[in-house]
Amino acid sequence: MDWAALRISLWLGAGTMAILLPLGVWFGRLLAVRDFRGKLLVEALVTVPLVLPPTVLGFYLLVTFGVRSPIGQAFQALVGHPLPFSFQGLLLASAIANIPFVVQPIQRGFEAIPSDVRDAAACCGLTPWQQFLRIELPLAWPGLLTASILTFTHTLGEFGVVLMVGGNLPGQTRTLSVAIYDRMQAFDDRSAGVMAATLLAISVATLMTTTALSRRVSPSRG
Amino acid sequence: MFRRSFLAVFVVWLVGLPDAAAQRPPTIAAAANLNFALTEIARQFERERGTRVDVVFGASGTLTRQIRDGAPFEMFLAADEEFPGQLAAAGLTRDEGAVYAIGRLVLFAPTGSPLVVDERLDGLSRLLQAGGVTRFAIANPEVAPYGRAAEATLRTRGLWDAIRSRLVLGDSIAQAAQFATTGNAVGGLIAYSLVKEPALANKGKYALIPRTDHPPLRQRMVLLKQATPIVEQFYAYMQGAAARAILIKNGYEVPQ
Repeated sequence: MDWAALRISLWLGAGTMAILLPLGVWFGRLLAVRDFRGKLLVEALVTVPLVLPPTVLGFYLLVTFGVRSPIGQAFQALVGHPLPFSFQGLLLASAIANIPFVVQPIQRGFEAIPSDVRDAAACCGLTPWQQFLRIELPLAWPGLLTASILTFTHTLGEFGVVLMVGGNLPGQTRTLSVAIYDRMQAFDDRSAGVMAATLLAISVATLMTTTALSRRVSPSRG
Repeated sequence: MFRRSFLAVFVVWLVGLPDAAAQRPPTIAAAANLNFALTEIARQFERERGTRVDVVFGASGTLTRQIRDGAPFEMFLAADEEFPGQLAAAGLTRDEGAVYAIGRLVLFAPTGSPLVVDERLDGLSRLLQAGGVTRFAIANPEVAPYGRAAEATLRTRGLWDAIRSRLVLGDSIAQAAQFATTGNAVGGLIAYSLVKEPALANKGKYALIPRTDHPPLRQRMVLLKQATPIVEQFYAYMQGAAARAILIKNGYEVPQ
């Protein structure tokens, strides 16, 4: 069992969630309540990581942020190490790959709120900010929960882009899913088996917790 | 309030970020055929010198690409001379490096496979004509020198065109060995150094391919520009008696 890999996987999952949730709430709500020119294109762009192979994302990230690109060189001059093959690089890749898993459930959550409710809240004299915090957010909560869990579990399961952008560095970018592959390649089936079972257990447990929680949060939707 | 708590969580998380390279042992990139031998050498090095190096295994071509893209490896042990040469030409290495081993190929057939192994590939040729070769494993010649040597061997024996559609390509020689030893292919051309390991040797039979059937697998290592003193020591250690003995035990020839 590679504990460093488990730690990195959990940090990556938590980090991706921390970055994407605030963005997802803002953007998901925007897409739910507003109509604007080019919305169709924006929605497509938000969803595109869902259908693209991870290699496409990996390719663009390496080309854009690799040491041979101007952006990559600027990053290296600033931070002291290149963005690919670092935890921060993984985080960026993972955040991009997970955008649809955050924005879509949250958007659906806000869309499910009837506009009458918003109007009523406005009539009662609530400021938009109060309206958002006291009325909309509690109602859209199941969407937020789904978004968080999907992002977390999906990040744990991310493989292709992690291998391409992260490069399997122990203690830095070797996540649990990459460690399984690495152990398989080293003919160490026992360790691979233990880690695969661990990942399976974490994923099932997380999904069960979500289902249980979402039933409690909104019994009508259960 | 809402925003502020998010910010607090974010800051806490940033502070707790998996620590960067600072406290980690230096990382070395190595061709997958070295899986068992180099793991043993690194362990021996740690016992003798008290310092650890981490080794990441992969196909030489894949690792070369990663080094060019900025991967923080300090040393690269390749399966050929061409990939380290590319890095030297790109100015990423200390110098031209040194040949540390010459590798050999074997024809491997897992227990229960209809393939009869022999050094001239006659058994493979017969099975191919009888239509009995479902899948045959080699490493991807584009990224793995051992795959290139396997292709050359199959060409030498005049089997390349007939077997092409039956090939499964491993990402590295380790993956090809996995295909060949687990019974997912009738056999494969894989590294001698991998089947020297009892865990794999017990999974089937093998025959050593003559050196003259393919260009020699001269394996070169290079120190990369960012190499630290520990890795410089390891580079010297690779050329010492202890490392050479382990290489020979694992089926390599070593340069004089």
